[in-house]
Amino acid sequence: MKALRNFIDRIKPNFEPGGKFGALYSTFDAFETFLFVPNEVTKKGSHIRDYIDMKRTMIIVVMALAPALLFGIWNVGYQNALATGSEISFWPMVLHGLIKVLPIVVVSYVVGLAIEFAFAQVRKHEVNEGFLVSGFLIPLIVPVDTPLWMIALATAFAVIIGKEVFGGTGMNIFNPALLARAFLFFAYPSHMSGDYVWVSGLTKGEGIIDGFSGATPLAHATLTGAENLPSALDMFFGFIPGSIGETSTLAILIGAAILVVSGIGSWKIMVSTVAGGLLMGVILNLFALNPFMEIPPWYHLIMGGFAFGAVFMATDPVTGSQTEKGKWIYGFLIGLLAVLVRVFNPAYPEGMMLSILLMNAFAPLIDYYVIQGNIKKRKKIAAAAAKNS
Amino acid sequence: MPKVFKIRRGLNIPMKGEAEKVFTRAELAEFYAVKPTDFPGLTPKLSVSEGDRVKVGSPLFFDKFRPEVMFTSPVSGVVHFIKRGERRRILEVIVKTDSSRDFEDFGRGNPTEMSSAEITDKLLKAGLWPTIRQRPYSIIANPERKPKAIFISGFDTSPLAPDMDFAVKGEAESFSAGVEVLKKLTDGEVNIGLNGDYPASIVFTKIKGVKHNYFSGPHPAGNVGVQIHRVNPVGKGQVVWVVNPLDVIIIGRLFLKGVYNATKVVALAGSEVLKPRYFIIKTGASIVNMVEDNLTANPEELRFISGNVLTGQKIDYDGFLGFYDNMVSVIPEGDYHEFMGWLKPGFKKYSPSSTFLSKLLPQKKHKFDTNLHGSPRAYVITGQYEKVFPMDIYPVHLIKAIMAKDIDKMENLGIYEVAEEDFALCEYVCTSKTNVQAIIRDGINLMIKEVG
Repeated sequence: MKALRNFIDRIKPNFEPGGKFGALYSTFDAFETFLFVPNEVTKKGSHIRDYIDMKRTMIIVVMALAPALLFGIWNVGYQNALATGSEISFWPMVLHGLIKVLPIVVVSYVVGLAIEFAFAQVRKHEVNEGFLVSGFLIPLIVPVDTPLWMIALATAFAVIIGKEVFGGTGMNIFNPALLARAFLFFAYPSHMSGDYVWVSGLTKGEGIIDGFSGATPLAHATLTGAENLPSALDMFFGFIPGSIGETSTLAILIGAAILVVSGIGSWKIMVSTVAGGLLMGVILNLFALNPFMEIPPWYHLIMGGFAFGAVFMATDPVTGSQTEKGKWIYGFLIGLLAVLVRVFNPAYPEGMMLSILLMNAFAPLIDYYVIQGNIKKRKKIAAAAAKNS
Repeated sequence: MPKVFKIRRGLNIPMKGEAEKVFTRAELAEFYAVKPTDFPGLTPKLSVSEGDRVKVGSPLFFDKFRPEVMFTSPVSGVVHFIKRGERRRILEVIVKTDSSRDFEDFGRGNPTEMSSAEITDKLLKAGLWPTIRQRPYSIIANPERKPKAIFISGFDTSPLAPDMDFAVKGEAESFSAGVEVLKKLTDGEVNIGLNGDYPASIVFTKIKGVKHNYFSGPHPAGNVGVQIHRVNPVGKGQVVWVVNPLDVIIIGRLFLKGVYNATKVVALAGSEVLKPRYFIIKTGASIVNMVEDNLTANPEELRFISGNVLTGQKIDYDGFLGFYDNMVSVIPEGDYHEFMGWLKPGFKKYSPSSTFLSKLLPQKKHKFDTNLHGSPRAYVITGQYEKVFPMDIYPVHLIKAIMAKDIDKMENLGIYEVAEEDFALCEYVCTSKTNVQAIIRDGINLMIKEVG
């Protein structure tokens, strides 16, 4: 590694302000700090600092997302095999999945990172690591047959309108990955809903065996309630059509465990989201006016994007509630609204996306009231202390 | 058993190099310094120039805006050098000692028989007033005000901190005289904060007429700011005063003996000290005699800190102990590149964050260096500061209010209750590598300027 370090030290002056490639400093810095943790020492304040940094944080989230992606790759192949009636064997299915999914991942990263680098360069900022996660999330929440140009467009929209116009990482109001999804959903609804988009190859209709339905459990539930749903186990393990990474609750739970154990994801938000979803499920059961309202409340957790949203989207610290008390409220309302939207508005089967985006908008308000409460409480204590002394 | 305040949020950093409870004799220091930079917000004006002879207790400089607040020499000798920084800002007034033992005689005094004005006057003249600091703002107390209470923290929970019970041993008489002095300065109570987890020294516990408060939990349980917050929080327009226990002893000596005797027990600690021990030295002493031949590496590779590693000031190998500091820490500089450091499993990297596998190994003491371990970023992670910040205050929101220079918000969010040191752990755990303590001081300075 010494040789590499020496090489970097040799070319570094070129990239510093005034150097030949001074304009590319942010890019250089991003690559240098990727390879080597900088030799910067503390100058102000605490002389020691924790080992954790943004890169470490983001790589943990990526690790947490990996099971969902890996399962998604397999499931794309599996669903395709079911649809075409071809042999169910592991490697061909994984290969099919890879061919379908990898390009989406690559497009998402290339487009997003290119924009991030460009903005960092113009602003003379460091390149933030946040997109390592956003770029990973986007492929996981789209249907597998989404055209690549749409992915590119949606990613660009999410990064520019969703993040950079607010001032970049840490300043955005809406979760960029979800914004990409919402953009696709409203701009190209025919590619984002219906019974054909969820299984690779189904849109083109080639070689599909008769009677195969690519409908997601949510679509079934809307029409016939629990009757035609896949078994709960299938839904839990994820052997169902759906967006690439959302189907397997098990894979998502592994990710949730990584996030919670490492302390990167807020367990409070996850727990309260699930609680909110369950409560709304129970309430709907009580009225039970249509078949969808009758399905067991916990089915909501293993269908559609609920689990994925609760674990990976709602817990985004930038767009979520930032106070610990607020996190409970924020998550709870997400769960509540997600199930509500899902059941009562068949046009938007993916209530999770909409409810998280909505609560993103309300998170600052929740925090505002939590903090006002704190201010009032402390004023009271101070007044009491003044009286006593 | 008295009520124990439980501090739940916080962190004890497992550092190597704790000082062994043994006194070591180091040769008496030749140079001593009083550093205006130890007193935030102070505009010093010199009373001496280079070459002047000074006695113990002779004024070296004073506060330009409050000339009665004087800073005096801890030793007798000659003003050796006045070190200045940018724009001729005075950084250090260095006194070279000689064999003379001249001292200013301030006269003995029985605090119980003196008025508070007489006491204040005596403290001001002897240069001991600066030992008394006030909250809000953590600056030298305003002698014209009466605080609603005075707080002394009788224990220090910061990394490698000296054991206060050990440091005050045998000083019962001076300490109690010092407390009598402080009692006269407030209409409220004098509070002594003690560690509820183990029996404290009788020097603290036997004092009558004060309120003993017991605290248990991790750092910053020993921070006086946290104790005030729990016992008697500072609201708008209120003032409490704060004194270090070792300074209480120095105050006591002034009234018992009539002289400024700045001797105190100081710990030398840190992973790079060969023999971390306790020393008896005077405030402002050069540390060179303590660390000479007592280090594991060349001084250039090490960082010398007056104070603890979280809040102390960086000093040179032959630098001087700070006015309020009771310890010197020596740790390695972290001036190295680490290949893919952020990706490694990190079995050997202690981190409170649970993102390194060291969490799986039994907790042991670690070596810490000064590497930033990353580069500064915008705030992304939430809830991180709260885990180590035991006050009922929203730290990140207060910091953002300071950045936005929003005075009303700062006031509402608790700026009056905090000092830099209360945020030191937030700074240590920060993923975004934000210089939190500097921001807090900026906020305090803004408050002083705008509100006063």
